Amino acid sequence: MIGLHHYLIVSAALFVIGLFGLLVRRNILMVLLSMELILNAANLSFVSFSSFRGELTGQAVVFFTMIVAAAEVTVGLAMVVLLYRKKRTTNTEDLRSMKW
Amino acid sequence: MSLGPVSILMLAPALGACLLLFVPKDRIKLIHAIGLIAASISFLLSIFVFWQYDRAAAGYQFVDRVEWVPSLGIAYHVGVDGISAVLLLMTGFLAFSGVLVSMSVKKRVKEYFIFYLFLISGCLGTFCALNIFFIYFFYETAVVPVFPLIGVWGSGEKKDYATMKLTLYLTLGAVLALVAILGLYFAAGVNTFDLPAIEQAVRANPLPLDFQRWAFPLLMVGFGVILTLWPFHTWSPMGYAAAPTSVSMLHAGVLKKLGAYAIIRLGLGLMPAGAAMWMPIVAWIAAINMLYCGLVAFTQKDLKYILGYSSCSHMGYILLGLACMTPLALNGTLFFMFAHGLMAALGFALVGFIYDQTHTRMLKDWGGFGKKVPFVSVLFIMTAMASAGLPGFGNFIGEMMILMGAWDKYRIQAVLAVLGLVVTAGYMLKTVRGTMQGPLNPSGNDLKDATGIQKLPYALLLAGLLAVGLLPSIILPTIETGTRPILERISHES
Amino acid sequence: MVAHIILFAPLTAAVFITFFGLRRPKLSAGVALAGILLSLALSTFMFWSNAFEVRGGDAWIQAPGLLVQFGFLIDPLSLLMLLIVTGVGSCVFLYSISYMKGDTSYARYFASLSLFAFSMIGIVLSNNFLMLFVFWELVAVSSYLLIGFWFEKPSAADAGNKAFIVNRLADFGFLLGILYVWMLSGAAGTERTFNFAELARRLPEYLQNGTIAPAAMTIAALLVFCGVVGKSAQFPLYIWLPDAMEGPTPVSALIHAATMVAAGVYLMTRSFFLVSASPEALAVIANIGAITALLAGMLAVVQNDIKKILAYSTVSQLGYMVVALGLGSSTAAMYHLSTHAFFKALLFLGAGAMIHGLHTQDIWEMGGLFKKMPVTAATFLIGTAALCGIPPLSGFFSKDEILHLALEHNKLIFGVMLFTASLTAFYMTRALWIAVLGPDRAHGHKKNDHEHGNAHDAPFAMKLPLILLAILSMIGGFLGIPTFLSGEHAEPLNMTVAATSVGAAVFGIVFGTMLYSKKSLVHDPLKRSLGTFYQFVVKKYYLDEFFVWLAGLFQNALARVFFWFDTNVVIDRGVNGAASVTSSFGSLLRRAQTGVVQSYAMVFAIGIVAIVYFLLMRS
Repeated sequence: MIGLHHYLIVSAALFVIGLFGLLVRRNILMVLLSMELILNAANLSFVSFSSFRGELTGQAVVFFTMIVAAAEVTVGLAMVVLLYRKKRTTNTEDLRSMKW
Repeated sequence: MSLGPVSILMLAPALGACLLLFVPKDRIKLIHAIGLIAASISFLLSIFVFWQYDRAAAGYQFVDRVEWVPSLGIAYHVGVDGISAVLLLMTGFLAFSGVLVSMSVKKRVKEYFIFYLFLISGCLGTFCALNIFFIYFFYETAVVPVFPLIGVWGSGEKKDYATMKLTLYLTLGAVLALVAILGLYFAAGVNTFDLPAIEQAVRANPLPLDFQRWAFPLLMVGFGVILTLWPFHTWSPMGYAAAPTSVSMLHAGVLKKLGAYAIIRLGLGLMPAGAAMWMPIVAWIAAINMLYCGLVAFTQKDLKYILGYSSCSHMGYILLGLACMTPLALNGTLFFMFAHGLMAALGFALVGFIYDQTHTRMLKDWGGFGKKVPFVSVLFIMTAMASAGLPGFGNFIGEMMILMGAWDKYRIQAVLAVLGLVVTAGYMLKTVRGTMQGPLNPSGNDLKDATGIQKLPYALLLAGLLAVGLLPSIILPTIETGTRPILERISHES
Repeated sequence: MVAHIILFAPLTAAVFITFFGLRRPKLSAGVALAGILLSLALSTFMFWSNAFEVRGGDAWIQAPGLLVQFGFLIDPLSLLMLLIVTGVGSCVFLYSISYMKGDTSYARYFASLSLFAFSMIGIVLSNNFLMLFVFWELVAVSSYLLIGFWFEKPSAADAGNKAFIVNRLADFGFLLGILYVWMLSGAAGTERTFNFAELARRLPEYLQNGTIAPAAMTIAALLVFCGVVGKSAQFPLYIWLPDAMEGPTPVSALIHAATMVAAGVYLMTRSFFLVSASPEALAVIANIGAITALLAGMLAVVQNDIKKILAYSTVSQLGYMVVALGLGSSTAAMYHLSTHAFFKALLFLGAGAMIHGLHTQDIWEMGGLFKKMPVTAATFLIGTAALCGIPPLSGFFSKDEILHLALEHNKLIFGVMLFTASLTAFYMTRALWIAVLGPDRAHGHKKNDHEHGNAHDAPFAMKLPLILLAILSMIGGFLGIPTFLSGEHAEPLNMTVAATSVGAAVFGIVFGTMLYSKKSLVHDPLKRSLGTFYQFVVKKYYLDEFFVWLAGLFQNALARVFFWFDTNVVIDRGVNGAASVTSSFGSLLRRAQTGVVQSYAMVFAIGIVAIVYFLLMRS
């Protein structure tokens, strides 16, 4: 029987994978992808809680998250494209002009 | 939900500013028109509110209330009592003439008006907010736009330093005051920021004495900074010298009074026992303010510095009036605040008018302008006379009432205050002598007098000053209805 | 209601001129004259109808614990003063119309003059201290405006400033006095008041039943007297009055001879209930008056400017009035005030006519005037005789009364006053011989000869006031002024005093004639014979220098120190220090800003993990 725990473990795994990707990948596209993973990990938790508690609130929140994620990807990718045009690189190590 | 006149008069400039965001920046005429309309609405409504305020009924009138964060007792709650009605009227006068004077700004007109209108809204809001949270909120709204206004449109080599200094001083003061306000929230124990509710609670059940003892000085110093309480006054002459004309007008005229207003409302009104403990010290500081700043004004070579120090020196009278905590002095203080607001604004406006043409404010570069600009010079002399406490102008009545109120309680300080009047007359006449009289300085060869609509703001301010000076009964009874409950609490707790 | 019109007619004129008359000189002069004439007519009407009234008036400032009224007190005293102010005022207004002709600021002149008339009438009519103070300050302003009328001239602008500041300094005491009296009025627990009638009733009563100490009355009287020292130019603050001669001559006649400077004496008379209760205050007042009379009389001897001579003479005569007050007789003071107003205004207007005709104020450039301007010279002669105290002209009677008083109370002061009377006769004789009777000295050392040769009597509008004032100066002693004031019959002349005073005057005249009647005279013979003392007097006893030094002490030393303190010490050091600490701390912290987003995220993640860990551990 697949219980809430299983879903949460998958969600946690997804989150950790996403976080790991976010912190170690140097390609900015991969960083964005990892962020999606994190968001989806959260979504999964929401949905599972919602399903197991018989409430719809969690699912409603997921819709918000998805919309925000879509917007974020749109803006993020646009920025990546612009950055690439300007700097000819997608490596985060090279994008460090925002410092003191 | 319907908004009453007070909400409209307070929000009109802010709405005007929002509207300006959508106006192309080269449509100068339109920008001026929007600014002027917004300010006129505030001005006319402030007259209306003052006129319609029912003195017999007293209390808070024209109240608008919208719940915002009920759990913390934060609500949009505005209204006027006698004190607010008079101070709103003053702000209305200054906002309208300030906007008229702002029309001489040439650089980045759109942004200037946006900031300026927000500044006006902040000032108006502080005076009419009936929720301590919002009093603080509007106070900050008024303080913040000054930073870009001086930083971008200011003049003088020390501009940046002056801007930073002014903002830092005022912000630090605000932080001190915030601590006291938060303490007040908890000490009052009614779980709300609502001013009338707290006032009611305090009347039944005074705040603990221990609390008042430490909270009052915080409040006094915090709001005292903007009131140029010695020795926290040095930001002011420098800031005014750097600020563009219409900002100096509003800053010296209204912003300083915000501090005094907050001290009266929150300090005297809610912590009278704490105030009674600390006020003897304030009275001495008041005497220092008057004489020290007055004498420093003597040595100044820049006209705006003279006016700046003069305004610091005049704040001494307000401080002395606050320190007395007697009916006569408190009413006199509010009267003086009204008169000084108009007078200070007029002084800065006139100096600015000539500065725009001569591009120098140094005393040595002026002289003999009386023949060139008779209208402006006559008004300037009258401002100087008003500043020196001459009868016929509102300042005289305020000063007299403060002196009489202080006579029994702080006799030595009152004597020093009379001496301060002599000092003021001294440097003011010296200034008139150096600027308007004597042979014409070449820098004034091309001076042109104010004509037509340019005369309006000056004439308006002077008319207000003369009106209350000749017929104090225009505003005095209204002030009295406002101070009565505060005085009742003072006598109740002492 | 009549009193309202009397008060506001000149103000209306001033306001009207300001708004509509600035470019219409003729109209403005007409309006101003109409205003003062209306006041004069109504004052006369009031005098004939004996309309004395003591009205409470309307509330002007009303606040808890304070009631200041706007009300009038009309009694013989104010009525007499009112007639003098509007009467002499009308003469001066009329005179000014042709004296100021052609001035570019003709309308401004009449507006200021009307403002002055308004303020002066206000002083006279006020029924309480604070209202009087209001008008007191307003006359100071109008005097400031009129002294500095030709404000492009630095000396005129400076003189105006000096007058205002000196008066302000004196008002420091006066205002404190008002507050003090106000406090005393409530000593018995009643509501405090500024009202003269009320104070005159209460204070003596309180003094009697011991509610207030005698010393308190002395303090109050002396503080109020401070105002008089300023406005009525008493020692040591008389220094502003001679400088005030920078204003147009009619202004000097009206403001700085006849009315405003006399306001101090009027104030003392009005508040005589304060002074009369305190022997100490009386003594101080009498002594200051005597010192002033003597010092100013000596100063008048060494002046060469005709207006300065008259100015110091005014100061000296004001000293007489103050002596009379100090000796306890306000009636004598007011009597001398009235006659002095007539003949001194006459002398000033006469001097104005000379200046108008000859374009100089130096008496050594005048002379031979009986031929050129007979009316002016004749009236000037009458004024001089009245001032010297020659019977039966007005000055004789009033001065005699003061001397009589002095003889009764204080022999020393009597001596000083007698000497001053002689001195007065001497310097006026000097001026008369050199400027009027002597030969025309202008030819010797004057360039604009042809202008000078054309000098002739002034136009009718200037002559009429001279003649009117001359008549008043002659008959002023027979108008029954003291009787009108005190209600009692005047004492008969004391023959001893009268003879002594006439003797002193004749001595001065003879001595002056001996010295100055020589036709060949071009320099003052006294200069050589008196030597250093003469120089000391010419330097005005170095009193001005003393005040300049005192002002410098405040302005330069103290103010500079404060300013240095302000820029360098106050909490700026603290604030700037806090700023630099913050910025150095900030520059340390900014090292952490690597610019690599992922390292920020790393810190963020570690932080989250730590928080979650602690939260879980706690539960």
